[in-house]
Amino acid sequence: MPKVVFTANIQRLVECPDTFVEGSDVRTALEGVFRENPRARGYILDDQAALRKHIAVFVNRVLVRDRIRLSDPVPEDGIVYVMQALSGG
Amino acid sequence: MSDRILVSTRKGLFTVERANGSWKIAGADFLGDNVTLAISDPRSGHLYAALDHGHFGVKMQRFADGAWSETHAPVYPPKPEGLEEKDMWGREIQWTTNRIWALAPGGQDQPGTLWCGTLPGGLFRSDDHGASWTMCETLWRHPKRIQWMGGGADLPGLHSICVDPRNSDHVCIGVSTGGLWFTADGGATWTQRGEGMRAEHVPPEMTHDPISQDVHCLVQCAASPERMWVQHHNAIFMSSDAGRNFTEIVDVKPSVFGFPVVVHPREPDTAWFAPEIKDERRIPVGGRLVVTRTRDGGKTFETLSRGLPQEHAYDVVYRHAMDIDGSGDRLVIGSTTGGLWISENQGDDWQMVSHTLPPVYATRFA
Repeated sequence: MPKVVFTANIQRLVECPDTFVEGSDVRTALEGVFRENPRARGYILDDQAALRKHIAVFVNRVLVRDRIRLSDPVPEDGIVYVMQALSGG
Repeated sequence: MSDRILVSTRKGLFTVERANGSWKIAGADFLGDNVTLAISDPRSGHLYAALDHGHFGVKMQRFADGAWSETHAPVYPPKPEGLEEKDMWGREIQWTTNRIWALAPGGQDQPGTLWCGTLPGGLFRSDDHGASWTMCETLWRHPKRIQWMGGGADLPGLHSICVDPRNSDHVCIGVSTGGLWFTADGGATWTQRGEGMRAEHVPPEMTHDPISQDVHCLVQCAASPERMWVQHHNAIFMSSDAGRNFTEIVDVKPSVFGFPVVVHPREPDTAWFAPEIKDERRIPVGGRLVVTRTRDGGKTFETLSRGLPQEHAYDVVYRHAMDIDGSGDRLVIGSTTGGLWISENQGDDWQMVSHTLPPVYATRFA
């Protein structure tokens, strides 16, 4: 079961503990988190449900490239890291 | 008289209060966070603060029952699949709240209603004290909306919302750039207003097109709502018919360029401005921070400087950073260099509250 891990920087705004979720791609993994923690959704995704501009998501060590559909695959034992890109200032 | 001011800054929201005859910073909330605008709703007593968390997006906080809590921020509707919509730079327009740039309570007969203007130009309405928001899609989908352009920001921004005190369904908004827009039915339908304004930044054929106007700030006199004032990118304009037509106010010293304007709540001919050198430089003329005031509908202006810095002052007063209280006597200005000044006699004299605040985005009596 994949694990989703959030940057420490988001924790003061909305609590996002490490979470094990069902899902075989980034979208379904993140939606698994948001079902339990709906407030987190707007902090990670924009109004069109794409990744926010300065949020960087990695699956294991690989930066996610499909930032709109979030279709990058997530292996059964994968870790999805939701990070704060330095480009956001 | 208002004894409290909300000061929105790049690094938090500061509450300034008057006690024993002097003004002091009485509280700080959201320290370190970018507070783009905060207002009070005099009908409910609630406060609202718009925060831009950068990486994590734009959020709305509401103060009620003695505490701040997050409420919903406006969200753009789904962009239709396949719709290509480019901005003035040829880039795809993102249908997402980029910044909250205007907040205004609805009329007295609509106690739960709030209006919210955003970048890239969406207008939202709440009828439940900000618990949920509905976009005014008829404005967003208006065929002329695509002609809106960025002003100071890359994206078009809706910065001014005037709810007519005579009829709460009559709302006039200002867009930078996109001119003035008016609804007579609470946001269901929209028409352009603002004949008579003149834009210097477009080809001559477009100079007088209402949609080309870079309105920096729009205000409406509470007691005489037919009177509106506009601080424009290249001029000051005044309307005596609720924004249908405007007259340019010429020969204003030291400059006609600036961002904010406020109007006296009962005297429509009395208005205040914060002039700067236009327009790429955007600093006070001669390094002197001044406020200008007209009491005769723009025929003459006084330059007010007592108590304001008059040497090497490079304070810019943004469009929401000047306010007037309900009495019409008290004014406040906040600056990009962290200065905050208050006048209790209509701008004749100013007292400094601080010159070490973070950059000030907005000041609002509360």
